[in-house]
Amino acid sequence: MSIRERLSGNEAAAIAMKQINPDVVAAFPITPSTEIPQYFSTFVSNGQVDTEFVAVESEHSAMSACVGAEAAGSRAMTATSANGLSFMWEMIYIASSMRLPIVMSLVNRAVSGPLNIHNDHSDAMGVRDSGWIMIFSENNQEAYDNLIMAHRIAENEKVHLPLMVCQDGFITSHSIENIELIEDDKVKEFVGKYTPKHYLLNEKEHIAMGPLDLQSYLFEHKKQQAVAMQNAKQVILDVAKDFEKMTGRKYSFFEEYKLDDAEIAIVCMNSTAGTTKFVVDKLRSQGIKAGLLKLRVFRPFPGEEVAKALSHLKAVAILDKSDSLNGAGGALFTDVTSAMYLNKNSVPAVNYIYGIGGRDTKADDLENVYKDLQEIAQSGNVGNPYRSMGLRG
Amino acid sequence: MAYNVKEICADKPSRFTAGHRMCAGCGAPPVARMVLRALKEGDSAVICGATGCMEVSTFIYPYTAWTDSFIHTAFENAASTLSGVEAAYKSLKKQGKLPENQNTKFIAFGGDGGTYDIGLQSLSGAMERGHDMVYVCYDNGAYMNTGIQRSSATPKFADTTTTPAGSVIPGKMQSRKDLAKIMVGHHLPYVAQSIGINNFKDLYEKAEKAIYTEGPCFLNVLAPCPRGWGYATEDLMQINKLAVETCYWPLYEVIDGKYVINYKPKNRLPIEEFLRPQKRFKHMFKPGNEWMIQEFQKEVDSRWQELLDLEEITNKE
Repeated sequence: MSIRERLSGNEAAAIAMKQINPDVVAAFPITPSTEIPQYFSTFVSNGQVDTEFVAVESEHSAMSACVGAEAAGSRAMTATSANGLSFMWEMIYIASSMRLPIVMSLVNRAVSGPLNIHNDHSDAMGVRDSGWIMIFSENNQEAYDNLIMAHRIAENEKVHLPLMVCQDGFITSHSIENIELIEDDKVKEFVGKYTPKHYLLNEKEHIAMGPLDLQSYLFEHKKQQAVAMQNAKQVILDVAKDFEKMTGRKYSFFEEYKLDDAEIAIVCMNSTAGTTKFVVDKLRSQGIKAGLLKLRVFRPFPGEEVAKALSHLKAVAILDKSDSLNGAGGALFTDVTSAMYLNKNSVPAVNYIYGIGGRDTKADDLENVYKDLQEIAQSGNVGNPYRSMGLRG
Repeated sequence: MAYNVKEICADKPSRFTAGHRMCAGCGAPPVARMVLRALKEGDSAVICGATGCMEVSTFIYPYTAWTDSFIHTAFENAASTLSGVEAAYKSLKKQGKLPENQNTKFIAFGGDGGTYDIGLQSLSGAMERGHDMVYVCYDNGAYMNTGIQRSSATPKFADTTTTPAGSVIPGKMQSRKDLAKIMVGHHLPYVAQSIGINNFKDLYEKAEKAIYTEGPCFLNVLAPCPRGWGYATEDLMQINKLAVETCYWPLYEVIDGKYVINYKPKNRLPIEEFLRPQKRFKHMFKPGNEWMIQEFQKEVDSRWQELLDLEEITNKE
């Protein structure tokens, strides 16, 4: 029997970590993810986990220690947000290039500057090309479920890549919601033992990791990383299937909410999807064929599948909770529209930058986006595709 | 047992192999070799290298000079990377996931750039957290790997590519940071300063103590650089000797806070003896620049006196 609880997103992440029982956790406090290592250290202090908790002096050292620990042959986890992730940036790339299946809980928050502690996705978008698998979570349940699935994906021998599970800072990390937890023994069995083939602490086989890798080899090594990221797609689906068998909860690359017969739709990630579902229901009751594609797996990017799922629409809006400041549009917009182009999907598409620095994402704002989409669908004219939602003035 | 370099070299094959690409006359490879020789034969080790000369010259894919397991990740984080490895060891050992008889030691190597400067935070953190490891700084007094830029370990007046001895500014105008003292301030069980002289006896013995003292230990080892310092490659051992005989680089250890000066020269040589053979100090010997040598001597004198005082104070009953 699963366990019904009421937990915040951070508590859910910490409990997932407790059940996973990693060998090493190295973390540094930063709002809004601080509570995760905080709760976790209580588990350590009370002997509820076997973990060595390394209370590092910075996020750079947190990721460095995770790299060391995972390379040593252990399971290592961490949690961070915003500037913490920015400070890790160098090590983020090194972790993936060393093919270390570290798992991170990323509680999304705006990256400075100016300083802001609230939610947007600028932290995650800053590492979108770093070779990490990136999974987004609408609510506490998903933040928990995604963490339980994380190691099975990351440690798969065809993948061997680090993985981050994202959730929205404060919006889900600090909101208490109903949640269904899985029993400890079931999680233990599902996650399984970590048995790396090569590791530093193997006395029978000494290895060297992290070489100077010059023109003769680096390209091939990067290609291997790219292939691993492509391999991750199938593994993510396979693990989701097993997870569904255990819990009944179904996961894929994305969730389609009333999308199959929709004429207009929004594409977004994390908690905004919840608000969007509410708006879709409202519009549906008015006879408007609105739908939603909630992207769960952002890296690897399931371009073909997304393009196909959106191909029947008359207009689509892609919502970015981070501005790429490239003068052209957000990262999700760029990825979705280029996937549409490659898959001969010419549905009119428009981009909304929204929720920056924790700006409220209101149902009314989303309703207005659908209204815009209706106009676009009617006229076939996108106008300026690079727009804002919820911006004053 | 009395130290005998021949016996040690014969009995303990080098765990740091030949074929690496460090420069002839570089002070760093003998440091790595001798530190690793201090490991007991049955013990394994995980070595972590900070980015720098030593790392890029000893581990160029697909070759490595390290026979023990080795990891390099970045420039500033050898200490924190190794603290992760050590934490994993502790965790796996505790859980019975490693063989019971496995005895693994953890040794980091970083240059002065990766240790005094960009890696200071990571080093301080790892030492404060008490990981059972030895951090060895091979101090060549500048960013040699990138082409001789000044670091906080660069001695005053040295000519480097970012403190060139010019007509207005005669080299580096700031004094050298005292890293060993900063480490002493962390209340470590063992901190020592060493160099490769007298058949490496001092270095070998200190490495052995550091490796087999439980907890975080720190070794600062002067490692001259023929390119950066400007001496003939065959003069390495002579330069090392002069560094000690002039008290530019005193040999001492701090055991649980107590200072022990391992060598006090009967007749301290004037600092010119150390400075003269090095091109980086050439401008100090130009007529009119005598004040620079005097100032340098004064600093060496006061640091030496401070060390003598510390030895006295910390050993008071």
